[in-house]
Amino acid sequence: MTAGQMLLDAAANAGYQGMMTRSLGPQIRGGEAAAFLRLSAHEVACPGDGVDILISFDWASTQRFSAEIELGPDSLVLFDPAAGAAPEMILNTGARMVDLPFKALLDDIEGGRPNMLGLGVLAGLIGLPENAVLAIVERALKRKGPKALEASSAGIRAGFEASAAMPATCRLGAGEKGARRWNISGNEAVGLGALRGGIRFVAAYPITPATEILEWLAPNLEHLGGELVQAEDELASINMAIGGSFGGIPTLTATSGPGLALMLESIGLSVASETPVVVVNVQRGGPSTGIPTKSEQSDLNIALYGLHGDAPHIVTAANSVSDCAFTAQWSVYLAEALQSAAIVLTDQLLGQTRAVVDEPANSGHVAARETAPAGLQDYRRYAVTESGVSPMAIPGTAGGEYVADGLEHSPIGRPSSQAEDHLAQLEKRQRKLDQFDYGDHWADIEGDGDTAVITWGSCTGPVHEACDRAREAGIGVRMVSLRLLAPMQTVKFAKAIKGVKRVLVVEQSHSQQFYRYVRAHFDLPKKVKVCARPGPLPVRPADIYEQIVNWS
Amino acid sequence: MQAQEARTPALLPKDYKSDYKPIWCPGCGDYSVLSSITRALSELGVKRENAAVISGIGCSSRIPAYTSLYGFHGVHGRALALATGLKIARPDLTVLVTGGDGDGFSIGGNHFLHACRRNADLTYVVMDNQVYGMTKGQASPTTASQWEGSKLTPHGTGVSPFQPMAVALAAGANFLARGISSDPKGVAQLIVEAVRHPGFSFVQVLSQCVTYRPEQQEWRTIARPSHKEPTSNIARAGRRILDDDGFTTGIFYVGNRPAYLAPEETDKIVSDIEQRFMI
Ligand SMILES: Cc1ncc(C[n+]2csc(CCOP(=O)(O)OP(=O)(O)O)c2C)c(N)n1
Ligand code: SF4
Repeated sequence: MTAGQMLLDAAANAGYQGMMTRSLGPQIRGGEAAAFLRLSAHEVACPGDGVDILISFDWASTQRFSAEIELGPDSLVLFDPAAGAAPEMILNTGARMVDLPFKALLDDIEGGRPNMLGLGVLAGLIGLPENAVLAIVERALKRKGPKALEASSAGIRAGFEASAAMPATCRLGAGEKGARRWNISGNEAVGLGALRGGIRFVAAYPITPATEILEWLAPNLEHLGGELVQAEDELASINMAIGGSFGGIPTLTATSGPGLALMLESIGLSVASETPVVVVNVQRGGPSTGIPTKSEQSDLNIALYGLHGDAPHIVTAANSVSDCAFTAQWSVYLAEALQSAAIVLTDQLLGQTRAVVDEPANSGHVAARETAPAGLQDYRRYAVTESGVSPMAIPGTAGGEYVADGLEHSPIGRPSSQAEDHLAQLEKRQRKLDQFDYGDHWADIEGDGDTAVITWGSCTGPVHEACDRAREAGIGVRMVSLRLLAPMQTVKFAKAIKGVKRVLVVEQSHSQQFYRYVRAHFDLPKKVKVCARPGPLPVRPADIYEQIVNWS
Repeated sequence: MQAQEARTPALLPKDYKSDYKPIWCPGCGDYSVLSSITRALSELGVKRENAAVISGIGCSSRIPAYTSLYGFHGVHGRALALATGLKIARPDLTVLVTGGDGDGFSIGGNHFLHACRRNADLTYVVMDNQVYGMTKGQASPTTASQWEGSKLTPHGTGVSPFQPMAVALAAGANFLARGISSDPKGVAQLIVEAVRHPGFSFVQVLSQCVTYRPEQQEWRTIARPSHKEPTSNIARAGRRILDDDGFTTGIFYVGNRPAYLAPEETDKIVSDIEQRFMI
């Protein structure tokens, strides 16, 4: 992991973009781990199809990830012959096997470590400048003292030397220095987007793979005069967030599937009482505890339909690492403007991938809740307005005293079981979401042609790449990636797929949750294909490309 | 500023009541607790707009709507969590939490423990009637084990009753008191002290359910005020609470743990924080 991180940092400094995803065994600490890096002179939208270079530190660990490591005749596999013969399953791929005698090469280097040697070899093979790598290592190991630094640097130099004698493989083109680039994970980006949007209070309970959002937010909220509370459970988290928001402060909680399941009743409270709140769900494999460390898009149904009663709310989804920042920021703005709950879906892949990307711009969306001024006479918290949004009095505002209620209520906020009040409030809560202008942010649309690929969330990266390849091959294809999942933008969507003859729906769920949702709102063209696969294996661009090219 | 405050006429208890008629049964103890709350607020001189009453679900949890304050009538069992969020986000507000024994000790039991531990500056008034009133008379955590009054537990619950005071003390509550709805002035005084004391204050009020526990009308004859001074010694408070039959009223414990405080200084803006991501 450390070496992977350093390689990404070195590439970033040399002007490249890229990403690192990680795959871990079930062990709490230690245990086997695989770092997957993809580097390029251009934007990197997703993990790639296959592996160009595999460096194996020991066969037993490597084999555990074999389903994720796609090797072919063009791949190089670097390994230490002293670690035993390569396993059949690796040899069968036809990959070129290259000796990398770690032990022997490190013999003369006191304290030299295989991972630094490996880092040097990899950097040398792909053509990263040696001093870019050494500079990163120096920065990272400064605190460990000159001895440790010298050992690592020597290891890296030895690696570079060894790489010179190895077969040529893909090398990076010229990097683009000077661009404003960031090194950020999806979980950090969500935290940043939240702060940009104005979140100043967070209550949450730790859960994989969402915890990094909280770890990043806790100190940074403090810098801004805000606060993160570690709650006793998710029932408390969501209610604390609602309480803080009732107090006038934009609030958020972040969790994963099991936590979202616990929060549902109270998300309904946010909807009914019209108290804004943002709930981030970093999806992992489900159901139940499922596969906590792996990605899946199978919480779409619960996010859309999980609330009891008729409870219109906002569901958004980030579709890239850097979009995590935009979508979180926009969702804060929406929740606050619409006085409703916004569920933001990301997933383990986006959340825990570290990417080098162009600086994610601040969209300028900030919480701007419509509040009631002091000194009102006959204030009606739940006044039935045309827009559906009613000014909210914030405690401390004289004359605005009201009781927020999860019971159905009259316009002044008194509990009511009258049909008339129920209908008026149901319609008000629906209307405010339906009438709002979501602009162009509801979806990312690219390309044109009579084939459309419809997708959402982390599948967007591979779809985007597959569509690019299809266009290069002369196939006209349109990509529609939905960022606003609810309320569904039916008119805009119909326009986006107008004239399309074939539709491919791509999602990472076993039960075709997204496809069914889209079908519920539209009559899709006759030719529809669904590429719905569960986690934990990532959706690859090549699979989608294949589906686009070979339609039948 | 102070001179101006002095000129504002003090609000009377009735000014803290709304004109909304309670749904409670005639004779329900909760009427009395409501008047104790408004009386306490008047004595504390809290401005209406600067106080909030937070509750969950139950007969007793209906209280917010009967006050003229800000309030939140949330979901069953989560009042303490919601109030904690409000208080941490808005430390300037006076936050009361009201509810029943089912709401607070059963479905909300975990939040009760952690609210005591966390010690945010809240005052929690539980109207304990040893029954679920709202859902028509089932056993609650504080119901005696042999009570056979509910169809759900025709042979009694067979389970030892929950000891809210002892649990609260062990969990770290900073102020513990018990009152009874037949003594509204006494309860009002306990609430005044509870609000004034920093940290998490817990006031258990024996509040009769005339409909499902009519025998509780006898409570007024059993209850008696404590003649002991409140203690700040946990062991002594613990002994008093455990030795008691649950009918002694008064302040049992006044602790001196510092209340939960959120850090408040601001030393950065968002664009400073972003610099870290830059390559
Ligand atoms: C999640 C959930 N479960 C169950 C209920 C039904 N319910 C409403 S109030 C209540 C018990 C109330 O008892 P208590 O808190 O003691 O209040 P009381 O009515 O006695 O004042 C129950 C079980 C509910 N509203 N929500
Ligand atoms: S059922 Fe009991 S607790 Fe509820 S209002 Fe009637 S008397 Fe009060």
